[in-house]
Amino acid sequence: MLSSQIKSNEIVFGSCNKDLLEEIIFYGIRLGADFVEIFIENTDNSSVLAEEDFITSVSPSFGRGAGIRIFKGTKDGFVSTNDLTKHGLMRSVSQAIEMLDITDNKREVFNGLNEHRDYSLSKKKWINEVPSIHEISEKLLVSTKSLKKNNKIITRKGSYSRNLQEVIIASSDGTYVSDIRLHQTVGLNVIASDAQYRSSGSRRFGSSGMPNEFRLWDHEKAANDVFESSMNMLYADYVDAGQMPVVLANKFGGVIFHEACGHLLETTQIERGTTPFENKLNEKIAHESVTAIDEGISEGSFGSLSVDDEGMEPEKSVLIKDGILKKFISDRAGELRTGHKRTGSGRRQNYSFAAASRMRNTYIAKGEHSKEDLINSISEGLYCKSMGGGSVGATGQFNFAVEEGYLIKNGKLTSPVKGATLIGEAKEVMPKISMCGNDLELAPGFCGSISGSVNVTVGQPHIKVDSITVGGR
Amino acid sequence: MNSREITTQISKTANFLNLKKWDYGASFSNDYSVQVDKGEAKQLKASEKQILTIRVWNQSNLVGITTTSDISESGIKKALKQANIASDFGNKNESTEFSPLAKDPIKVKEIKKRNPVGIKKLLTLLREAEVKLIESHESIKSVPYNGLSESFFERVYANSEGAFRSYSKSQAALYLYARAEEKNKKPRSSGSVKLGYGADDIDIESCIKEASNKTISHLNYSSIKTDKYLICFSPESFLTIINAFSSMFNARSIIDGVSLSNKNSIGEKLSTEALNIYDDGLHEKNISSTPFDGEGTPTKRLCLINRGRIENFIHSESTARIFKTTPTGHAGLGSKVSVSPDWIVVEKSEENFDLKTSLDHSTYEGEFVYIEELNAIHAGVRASQGSFSLPFDGWLYKNGKKISIESATVAGDIKYLLKNIVNIESSQELTTSGISPHIWVDELSITGDA
Repeated sequence: MLSSQIKSNEIVFGSCNKDLLEEIIFYGIRLGADFVEIFIENTDNSSVLAEEDFITSVSPSFGRGAGIRIFKGTKDGFVSTNDLTKHGLMRSVSQAIEMLDITDNKREVFNGLNEHRDYSLSKKKWINEVPSIHEISEKLLVSTKSLKKNNKIITRKGSYSRNLQEVIIASSDGTYVSDIRLHQTVGLNVIASDAQYRSSGSRRFGSSGMPNEFRLWDHEKAANDVFESSMNMLYADYVDAGQMPVVLANKFGGVIFHEACGHLLETTQIERGTTPFENKLNEKIAHESVTAIDEGISEGSFGSLSVDDEGMEPEKSVLIKDGILKKFISDRAGELRTGHKRTGSGRRQNYSFAAASRMRNTYIAKGEHSKEDLINSISEGLYCKSMGGGSVGATGQFNFAVEEGYLIKNGKLTSPVKGATLIGEAKEVMPKISMCGNDLELAPGFCGSISGSVNVTVGQPHIKVDSITVGGR
Repeated sequence: MNSREITTQISKTANFLNLKKWDYGASFSNDYSVQVDKGEAKQLKASEKQILTIRVWNQSNLVGITTTSDISESGIKKALKQANIASDFGNKNESTEFSPLAKDPIKVKEIKKRNPVGIKKLLTLLREAEVKLIESHESIKSVPYNGLSESFFERVYANSEGAFRSYSKSQAALYLYARAEEKNKKPRSSGSVKLGYGADDIDIESCIKEASNKTISHLNYSSIKTDKYLICFSPESFLTIINAFSSMFNARSIIDGVSLSNKNSIGEKLSTEALNIYDDGLHEKNISSTPFDGEGTPTKRLCLINRGRIENFIHSESTARIFKTTPTGHAGLGSKVSVSPDWIVVEKSEENFDLKTSLDHSTYEGEFVYIEELNAIHAGVRASQGSFSLPFDGWLYKNGKKISIESATVAGDIKYLLKNIVNIESSQELTTSGISPHIWVDELSITGDA
């Protein structure tokens, strides 16, 4: 029997699925669930890779699936499937119920779904407005050509990816929403080489909900930036290890706050007992110059969304105000298990993950100083112009690679240095952020965690950390 | 549809669309997992997944590809059409063909496929493990990262010239990461991971014991002075570093200019003659072994370093053709076919006269740093430049005592590291990513508290 034969009672995107969704939710409630949530998605993605002067990869993909989550008390059971028929979805509900071993007779009431909130209405045309593969290929090739500025550049790459995700979210509290999300990202990478010297440079740009954004992308400026970075670092010496003051550049410099502090403010960390900030609400956890925000509403930013993956509109959450901890980032399970109100931060990579409390656009607010003020205040230290990736250990220790760094001597930037890593712990470093610049900028990124990889924005103005361990040689 | 039916459906639809040359890879899986929190079920998960990747060659022999989770008739037709459209943008600079080995016989070791034990049993086993781990030491307060899972999957490769390969297997995994706290001290965390063909095959007791012992051993900690040290890499940490720099043996990386090696590097001396490194995906201890790669090429044991010199590169079909050799079974199906190692085995060769055999991690009384586990590999490794700067868990051995090292990184160059290997211990240990003995390296930089 082929699974493609026409079936009745199947989820159809673009149509009203209310009766079918209500029937499935009611089925779960009748079997004893406290709460039933259905997340259904249909994706249409493509990516293109240009290497040197050729397109070397074009990868379209499409798919669909459902994630069904059942709560009983604070426990939850999650089942994902590619089968969007009534039979397939009900089977998934039964499986989740069975996993949770629900046997009591207490029954919740399900009064049906609320009026459909359709965030997708103005977005259905996006698929026809995004650039074609041909258009993308042409611009990527022009971009990689722009990177060929001298014979020391031995590798040039340009990559583009577009993810279009159509979602339907319905749950037993009446939530019934639909949305379409569009994310586009483009990156440039080079490797430079001269005799025994090697360096690399990379930059990534991204947007959400803006089909025309790739066309507007200034590839020449991006190529110049990547090229200069690789040339500056080509002959750099290794940095000497030590404790020193550092200035972290704006934009992607914010990755440190994201990784080292932001994750510790997600309710999943409270659930695990792995955040030092659990009982610090309304207490000072950072220098008074620090105000930090997580929001999902900045138009076009990579971490913005009309509605989160649990059907809640995202809010602007002031996490830290003048150094005082004000709020945690919370999702439905987080509210249930920790008592912190939902913030519209329930996010997941796709239908095969249960939503969890995740950051969106997260940044340190701008201060009053210029970049020069920060650098001038340091007699010997490090300027981290471009950060690489990093990680945070189970006990809160973090480690970040500095992609492009310069020594600061007597208030001036001097020679470039490579091989630096920043090592520390959030609760020790946050009070040492003593100066914030007035040049807040955001940068897109991908964050991998419990509910998969999600699009986020990190950001900050230039900031000064009075003392941090710099790893080197 | 089962894998034979999918092959028939693709063939039929390709004929209808006048597509003469195609191949596909597919995987179908059922996964079950549990997590617990202080005796209570936290999250229970089940998933049913199907992924199909189809490649199509057009009349100019350019390749297009599409991936989908929709394996209905209409999904397959859409995937073939999209792949055909994508083939207009196929790589004109480097052609792709079927693997010449896609129909060769494959060595299938005894299939160890277990039946599911079910969520309830997984939950019971994990609850018991969590309780035992917390009870193993008064300082262990919680097991914040834990999970027990079992997976059942089938992988398929087929092409329009009649190649068809399929195998199915099961695998289970347990991880326990404990958190210990003592008054006026920072919390410490460590853990253990164990794999098995099924949940009943996993040595749960040894996982608990290992997680407990590791966590407790880090309770007394101290910062380390920034300096150069004699280092002993645990088998796990040495395999981590070799895998991180496997682009040195990767023909795809060489062609792309992101490897430290080049086409002429075969025979290049990298290390002491005492070092042999193999990639051995079919090793009997490799629970994750797969008998063929994404292009259908059989998996095999391949020597990468022989007596300190590069012996072979790992290849896909197209890289092998460019290097005028045969594919080695390391390809991943994609628009641009990737190449990656399977399972690394490190051995001491017979040419081991230059080693300082007095360096043994269990008996050596001089000062050295023992690196148990390297972290943040994605952030701290520059494979194309050969450099690394990585945080680690480990101990400083000094004056006959060992003390856990707080928050430190080890930095260096992979070529320097390999050239400065001063001992390879005799006894090999099994890890989840391969097999290796303890490896000693002299004069690597450690950054701690300056």
